[in-house]
Amino acid sequence: MDNKVKEPLIHITKRKMIPKKQEWAIRLGGILAALIVCAIITTITTHLNPIAVYGAMWEGSFGSERKIWAMLKELAALLLISVALTPAFKMKFWNLGGGGQVMAGVLATAACMITLADKMPSGAIMLISFVSALFAGALGAFIPAFCKAKWNTNETLFTLMMNYVATQIVAYFIIIWEKPKGSGKIGIINQQTQAGWLPEIGGKQYMLIVIVSLIMTVFMYIYLRYSKHGYELTVVGESQNTARYVGINVGKVIVRTLILCGLICGLTGWLLVAGTDHTMTTTIEGGKGFLGVMVAWLAHFNPLGMILSGLLMVFMAKGGSEISTALGLNSSYGDILTGIILFFVIGSEFFINYQIHFRKSHGKEATDA
Amino acid sequence: MKKKLIALLTCLVMVMMPVLASCGGGGSSEGGDASEFKVGLICLHDENSTYDLNFINGFKEAVEEMGLSEDQYMIKTNVGEDQACEDAAGELADAGCKLIFSDSFGHQDYMLQAAKNFPDVQFVSCTGVNAAASGLDNFHNAFAAIYEGRYLAGVAAGMKLNEIKEAGKLKGDAPKMGYVGAYTYAEVVSGYTSFFLGARSVCPDVTMDVTFTGSWYDETAEKEAANKLIKSGCDLISQHADSFGAPTACENAGVPDVSYNGSTKAQGPNTYIVSSRINWAPFFKSASEAVQNGETFDVDCVGTIADDSVQILELNTDVAAEGTQEKLDEVKAGLEDGSIHVFDLDTFTVGGKKADSSNVPAEGTWADFDPANAEALVADGYYHESEFRSAPYFDLQIDGINLLDTAF
Repeated sequence: MDNKVKEPLIHITKRKMIPKKQEWAIRLGGILAALIVCAIITTITTHLNPIAVYGAMWEGSFGSERKIWAMLKELAALLLISVALTPAFKMKFWNLGGGGQVMAGVLATAACMITLADKMPSGAIMLISFVSALFAGALGAFIPAFCKAKWNTNETLFTLMMNYVATQIVAYFIIIWEKPKGSGKIGIINQQTQAGWLPEIGGKQYMLIVIVSLIMTVFMYIYLRYSKHGYELTVVGESQNTARYVGINVGKVIVRTLILCGLICGLTGWLLVAGTDHTMTTTIEGGKGFLGVMVAWLAHFNPLGMILSGLLMVFMAKGGSEISTALGLNSSYGDILTGIILFFVIGSEFFINYQIHFRKSHGKEATDA
Repeated sequence: MKKKLIALLTCLVMVMMPVLASCGGGGSSEGGDASEFKVGLICLHDENSTYDLNFINGFKEAVEEMGLSEDQYMIKTNVGEDQACEDAAGELADAGCKLIFSDSFGHQDYMLQAAKNFPDVQFVSCTGVNAAASGLDNFHNAFAAIYEGRYLAGVAAGMKLNEIKEAGKLKGDAPKMGYVGAYTYAEVVSGYTSFFLGARSVCPDVTMDVTFTGSWYDETAEKEAANKLIKSGCDLISQHADSFGAPTACENAGVPDVSYNGSTKAQGPNTYIVSSRINWAPFFKSASEAVQNGETFDVDCVGTIADDSVQILELNTDVAAEGTQEKLDEVKAGLEDGSIHVFDLDTFTVGGKKADSSNVPAEGTWADFDPANAEALVADGYYHESEFRSAPYFDLQIDGINLLDTAF
């Protein structure tokens, strides 16, 4: 192989399928490289032992039973939202409004718990709030889906804006229900009577949301992989013309899929308010609507894989806050480490899909392939 | 296939983790003797927020004065006003903290939940209001008599207005102040009213316009609110909100400003007069010492100007009227010895009428107020602020103060 024509220093080609083993080797290699880079930066900027920093991050998620439960609760909520977004993404409907749809569920649940508090038994409130939250979440997703199906509006912008609409409506009702007057806070709803609070399972406050999130994850896995609906929405995602050609009603599939998405988001809102937090704030969803997008992408829209990618996100967030407590670092430092690690994790996906060839790579290509 | 397997394994691990952890844990929440005393602080934001910084500084000052080692105190920052707060409080208790403070009002319900779960640990919701009603003996509220500091700041403002008036530079016929508030919350009402009464004690014909932003921290809204007040003819601005919005607006417009929570001299070297703040260190120290020695402390704790819990900060002599420092010293001495009361019933009227047991507190703002206390609330010729609970509750709309909006 003589280089008679000028060859670029590097060139990139798309890889064919590579063995799973190699795929995971690249991923783990990416994380390892990230940890090394983080260690170097940590040593230079903070003069702390990076092992101590990593140890503290581990402590943040796994340091005690309480921390594990808090981590699982975050993971469960994140997982529910990621799972909810997945069918829409598979359909190439870019639903960035997961957060807003959760807020719709939050608002509906809080409304039931506050206004019905002394009018009916707790069980009835639970039931009514459940139905309302699901309806509210579904409505929040239906509006952009309907407009997309009917007038082909841009769903990315539409759902994004719906987040702000939902947050502002929640802010409005917080002022109406605030306690005490002028405080701008609702506080714990029905703290004394616990009316409308979901029961604790096995004495564990967060058990319910963890179980529900696992059920929904498995459900979504089956729905996407084995159901007719799952097949239809995949076809719509691949090519709307093909879908029409084989007789799929595209508009119907879009609306139906988004309603499912909204239902799960509404369910998440219900679990957050009635199950775990028992309050309504404008930040209760905590940016998970966007984080869930990343979780879903990283897992290549495989709901079971989202357990892993979600765990990574929650682990980083909990670790970041722990190092600020344990080592006195500003919590932005956790964000820096998270950024570096995500950079490498996403970067390793690049190396899974593409191959880099260097000039003068005589005889080395075989090892790369 | 492998991916599925890994995912399934993770599922399993998720379910098993709490079980495994519960086997390994246990006994960690048991504390020890006084030498192992540990104290924790929960903050809504971190050092980048002036409000939280004030708590963090006070906390560090207190632990330093007590000579506690680094592993005897913990600070949790960026803890939201939701379930995260109860988790954070639980984690601090797990780590062996015997006393836990939280710095934001919205933490209080979650601190109360934590207090129920950890009867051996003392919890303090700073700025909270419901400790007394909770009936728990390990749940406390704390605040400071900040209205004393506001009153002093008001005196400095009134003297400045007199100076402007004598120089013939008033924007209108009579001196008018503007005030940027956060919410129509009693703490804010008490703050602007005491500020106003301080100013009126030296400048009798002053009036004040108040507007609300609907947020404790919104730089743009606070700046716009200050600009609006300045345009409407206010000769001086003060605020109860945490950003540099109002001080910056004042500096740009050349209007004198009385600040809050910290000196803003750097933002407004030509307009900043004085500021007041709550110094949390004395309370943090006294509560910590009590718990360390195995003693109890009050359900409602109120620091005052006399014990340095309320401070008046950095008088800018370039802007303040002449003789302000002397006047402030005089009034401060009066507040300390009880010869001056901020809410002296002879100094204000409500709807043209002197306040008495029939019209205090204002309707609907103080939910758990016992009407039987109405007499005591206005006994001895003054309104007894921060005596029935630590958080401010003065909520009367007095004459001379004009609320421009009450949406929040």
